[in-house]
Amino acid sequence: MADTPRIEPTAEAPETGQVMNRRHFLSDVASVCAGTPLLLGAFQLGDALAQEGADGSYNASDHWYGIGIDVQKCIGCARCVVACKTENDVPSEPHFFNTWIERYAIRGDGEVEVESPNGGIDGFPPIEDPASVRRTFFVPKLCNQCENPPCVQVCPVGATFITDDGVILVDEEYCIGCRYCIQACPYGARYMHPEKHVAAKCTFCYHRLRRGLLPACVEVCPTGARIFGELTDRPTPLARFMRFNDLQVLKPNLNTKPKAFYANMDYEVS
Amino acid sequence: MQGYIYPNEFELQWSLLIVLYPYLTGLVAGAFILASLERVFNVKEVQPTYRLALLTALAFLIVAPLPLLAHLGHPLRSYEIFMTPNRQSAMAMFGFVYAWYLMVVLLLEIWFDYRRDMVLWARQSRGLKRWLYYVLTLGSTDLSPRALKFDDSAGRWITVIGIPSAFLLHGYVGFIFGSIKANPWWSSVLMPVVFLFSAIVSGIALVLVLYVLSTMLRWRPIDMACLDKLAQFLFYALVVDFSLEALDFIHRLYEAEESIEILSLMIENRLFISLIVLQVLMGTVIPLILLAFVSPGLRRGGFLRTPPELRQLLYLVCAIMIQVGIFSIRWNVVIGGQLFSKSLRGLTVYKVELFGIEGLAMTIGLLCLPFVILWVLVKILPPWPDAVPQDEAEAAEPALVTQ
Repeated sequence: MADTPRIEPTAEAPETGQVMNRRHFLSDVASVCAGTPLLLGAFQLGDALAQEGADGSYNASDHWYGIGIDVQKCIGCARCVVACKTENDVPSEPHFFNTWIERYAIRGDGEVEVESPNGGIDGFPPIEDPASVRRTFFVPKLCNQCENPPCVQVCPVGATFITDDGVILVDEEYCIGCRYCIQACPYGARYMHPEKHVAAKCTFCYHRLRRGLLPACVEVCPTGARIFGELTDRPTPLARFMRFNDLQVLKPNLNTKPKAFYANMDYEVS
Repeated sequence: MQGYIYPNEFELQWSLLIVLYPYLTGLVAGAFILASLERVFNVKEVQPTYRLALLTALAFLIVAPLPLLAHLGHPLRSYEIFMTPNRQSAMAMFGFVYAWYLMVVLLLEIWFDYRRDMVLWARQSRGLKRWLYYVLTLGSTDLSPRALKFDDSAGRWITVIGIPSAFLLHGYVGFIFGSIKANPWWSSVLMPVVFLFSAIVSGIALVLVLYVLSTMLRWRPIDMACLDKLAQFLFYALVVDFSLEALDFIHRLYEAEESIEILSLMIENRLFISLIVLQVLMGTVIPLILLAFVSPGLRRGGFLRTPPELRQLLYLVCAIMIQVGIFSIRWNVVIGGQLFSKSLRGLTVYKVELFGIEGLAMTIGLLCLPFVILWVLVKILPPWPDAVPQDEAEAAEPALVTQ
């Protein structure tokens, strides 16, 4: 949490009109190189959010969040899964995940093998008979934060809801634990929290968003495979990602209108 | 486990208790619809089962929410369904449908039907029993012909309202499953209809069993006309139910959507016994054939002439097999819908635990509870035709009425 990518671009920037000296230039270059993925991710939150987050005046209705995932960039290291579990008190045992990594192996005959042992945290076993493999790739999965969320629709008491900034949350104090939302989620993104006995899921690290920080999984991704930000028309890395990639969403036929957009994803992914 | 399932799918969300819930509500709805046959559709033959069917429906309705409650992560918060229902949620309507059915339909109908008898029982009993019946009449002791006529017509109207309500109660349970688009095994517009007809089948079969057993235990002769009629309706309901199930099945096979492979694999590997053997063969086909042959309602004397004693036995066997079949239907829907991954790439397993709040022991307990409640209800409000109190106070009645 110490070196969070909260960006206040004006803080250390040279004053307007001042000629940039060499030290400034080098330090800028160094910080950009070191934190490229982080910065790319961080900038999308924009000055406004950083400012809001800092002074506590966060206004949810000013935002509409989504996430982009570049399948080609994912190396399956599952740092995101670990970060998520740490950040969000997700039970450490297997079978409880806000986010997880799937490895796909497409054989020459079209057969598809998918694996996600412990969500990818412990790594993936060597693929048997690698010669017969046509393609392999990793797919990060998480709650799609649907615009038309079936989980919210079915919750009998309204304990799960969509925030003004487009994040699906569960009110732990209110959820009765009927598990209907878990059944209604087509993506397997929800689970029953074994200690709290309420439905649990990815929150886009909502507690961090409100402070102008990125979701933990986005922050730790070493390859920048996860691009978080505003979906509304603003000059952000997510907007750029969505402009320059062919995008897919998962299970579009169910009309859930996911806000997780995948680039470079194969049709086998379900 | 077989193939790939999403990591969060390892734990089955809805267990044996949730299998029990639609089974119980189905029995409620079915028993009530049987009762309505006599009341609204004037099927006089089934009159001996009328009150028994109503009490059965009540006993099972009282128990129906218990498995749900036991299953909740936070049972103490369950009242929120009443307080702040999410109007978009199918499940949120549960409280209202349930309350409507219990308060407006069943209790009222039973009360109107028994009011005269309760007044008479109150008059003829002593001590605590007298007070009990008096309290049950709610102080309404008017037995004038006009009052009795009102009871009758009120009961009839409540039954008229009750039929769509019974449809609502169980069709709604079907909708809870059928409206989950994420789950191809559940998501079907036929689900509420299939639930409804299987409910009618199960309700008639249950009342048939209860009628035969209770009459035998009381050493009274069984009314064969009634039993034959019950069997006849059971046959009709079974035909409709089976046709709908078959339609659903064929439709799925013919459409062959992306889920067809994993669903076929599931039926072969996970549901073979419960679906093919128990539900289809034992619960439907064999009873259908048996009933078709022996029921005198379908052909005068039946295709096979059978002595009444043998028929009684066959009906009883059929009804019990049907109960097993209907329970299997609920199992196949609830558990079946969770045995395959929503990734459509793998199957998981469900192991029933023996003890614990969602275990087998609890389920058996909850299955027995309605019979205990029914026993108590029958003790208080005997449903037998020969238990209707004689109106000896008729002579004294005018004096009361004139007050």
